[in-house]
Amino acid sequence: MTFTAPHVDWAHLSPVLIVLGAAAVSVLLEAFVPARRRRTVQLAFSAAALAGAIVAVAALWSGVKSSGGVRVLGTSLIVDGPTLVLQGTIALLALISLLIIADRTSTGEDAFAPSAASVPGSDYEELARRQGLAQTEVYPLVLFATGGMLIFPATGDLLTLFVALEVLSLPLYLLTGMARRRRLLSQEAAMKYFLLGAFASALMLFGIALVYGYAGSLSYADIATATQNPTGLDTLLLVGAVMVLAGLLFKIGAVPFHAWTPDVYQGAPTPITGFMAACTKVAAFGALLRVVYTVIPGLQWDLDVVMWTVTILTMVVGTVIAMVQTDMKRLLAYSSVAHAGFILTGVVALDAAGVSAVLFYLLVYGAATIGAFGVVWLVRERDADGVILGEATHLSQWAGIGRRHPWHAGAFALFLFSFAGIPLTAGFVGKFGVFSAAVDGGAWPLALLGVLASAGAAFFYVRIVVLMFFSDAPADEAPAAAAAPEETDVAVGGGTSPAVATLVAEKAPALTTTVVGTEGFAAVAIGLCALTTIVLGVFPTPVLDVISHMSTFLP
Amino acid sequence: MSLDHYLVLAGILFSIGAATVLLRRNAIIVFMGVELMLNATNLLLVTFSRLHGQLDGQVLAFFVMVVAAAEVVVGLAIIVSIYRTRRSASVDDVNLLKS
Repeated sequence: MTFTAPHVDWAHLSPVLIVLGAAAVSVLLEAFVPARRRRTVQLAFSAAALAGAIVAVAALWSGVKSSGGVRVLGTSLIVDGPTLVLQGTIALLALISLLIIADRTSTGEDAFAPSAASVPGSDYEELARRQGLAQTEVYPLVLFATGGMLIFPATGDLLTLFVALEVLSLPLYLLTGMARRRRLLSQEAAMKYFLLGAFASALMLFGIALVYGYAGSLSYADIATATQNPTGLDTLLLVGAVMVLAGLLFKIGAVPFHAWTPDVYQGAPTPITGFMAACTKVAAFGALLRVVYTVIPGLQWDLDVVMWTVTILTMVVGTVIAMVQTDMKRLLAYSSVAHAGFILTGVVALDAAGVSAVLFYLLVYGAATIGAFGVVWLVRERDADGVILGEATHLSQWAGIGRRHPWHAGAFALFLFSFAGIPLTAGFVGKFGVFSAAVDGGAWPLALLGVLASAGAAFFYVRIVVLMFFSDAPADEAPAAAAAPEETDVAVGGGTSPAVATLVAEKAPALTTTVVGTEGFAAVAIGLCALTTIVLGVFPTPVLDVISHMSTFLP
Repeated sequence: MSLDHYLVLAGILFSIGAATVLLRRNAIIVFMGVELMLNATNLLLVTFSRLHGQLDGQVLAFFVMVVAAAEVVVGLAIIVSIYRTRRSASVDDVNLLKS
């Protein structure tokens, strides 16, 4: 018996291979590099890997543009135009987030617990903090997650889809639980994310099994062919397709699968929140686009009801609940739910313009999101002795910050304007693209509702800008007084012990809000995001052209 | 035994798992519910694989087992760290994040 080696097109796998290979090496670095130099080495290595992935995407670009796309490893991965655009976007956004993840404040603190395994409030935690330990495992975890995200939009069969989903999710569950401050919230968020995420991927897997039972194949192309020849098992296919969609919509954070979003976004370390809000959404929308456009167009009549309902609910619920939030991270979380709805209008449109509009929207939304969470990470509480504490996430604490820190507040306002879709920011071009694609695709009620929801969303974005620039900074006691009773309620209502309560309510009286000084990586990242938001808002044409030439899926 | 029997059995197991996830309070038990859902799916995959006379479904079942093992590693790490903090693994006690 002779062994026939499979033909593997290594070149087209290179963006994925670079990142996953670097992740594996990065685990070894963790073991062999001395602790003192570990952070520098890991940061340089991870950044080089992500930059390498961007270069690899650029190198493949013209070949794929002329050939229209390549199937790799049988039908497992499809490297076509949208894949490359999405992989480039994910690698770029991950590189920018990495800068914020790596940054340390002037007191040498990064966003992660010195030892994530230590019990919060224990002697060991205090010892680890004084020793200046750092959890540099963050870097390989981020690389593994990014590797999964690079595979996710390129998947050509349901097996790869499931594996990529898990590869991107599992590191994120861990990263969520590693915050330096408010560790109980962080661990709780990790548990909620994990249990709900595992539940959603089990649902999706059951859907995959049903679709496989109907089509007799896992590959997208075969399933698409099978959907056109009705057999006696149509129910299997329909139920299976809905369950697969549910799994993808969970990752996107669409209503009614959004329950995890606010909790996880609030509890996770803020740089990680930015990373997963931007990159996971790009990857999951990429996978959803491919499934909707190439696998189940034959089911469009049956599934339109589902997709329309989800889109409408997502826009309305996200916008309405965001209006009543008092915590900055929760507000941004609900705003990201609303944005998922806006992007879904472009997905539902089901035409070529819809694909390029969604790809462009994902890029500009990702840049603004990472920048916004970067600013949130820098805005801190300071006690009477000038010691910098955790993030000042209560809205009232942001009052008047624009006068004292005009650059940070100005960048934050820019990102909010982009979220709101104000002209001359990239968000406007993105929204215009998806809504006009929806109108062209016959989904004008969705576009109309989207415009109304955007107007509603603009209300709370502008309210924050007004709060930052046009309201007076409260007297020293005011923000603490506003925030403290609420924190106590939470702790007592939770029935937790007094020790836990003090851990949660780490606010002391007389807290002021300040912007913390850092090593500067975060400032660079925020600057890059702001630059992207402005440039793509004022001169979007070149990028739109490039994307529209790369927006055809290989069937 | 016809195809239907296997489908119904897998459906019942999956529903028991899903109900466990939604109704039980102990994080470990909830997690066991997820595992039951995954294994019900494996039964379904192997059944369909036999029905279609090819191995794709069985291969996917192996992948599911590996992924489930990886999920256990991550999940138990998170649940244990919460248990060490609070001396409780109940999902009801974990309610500092309000909505």
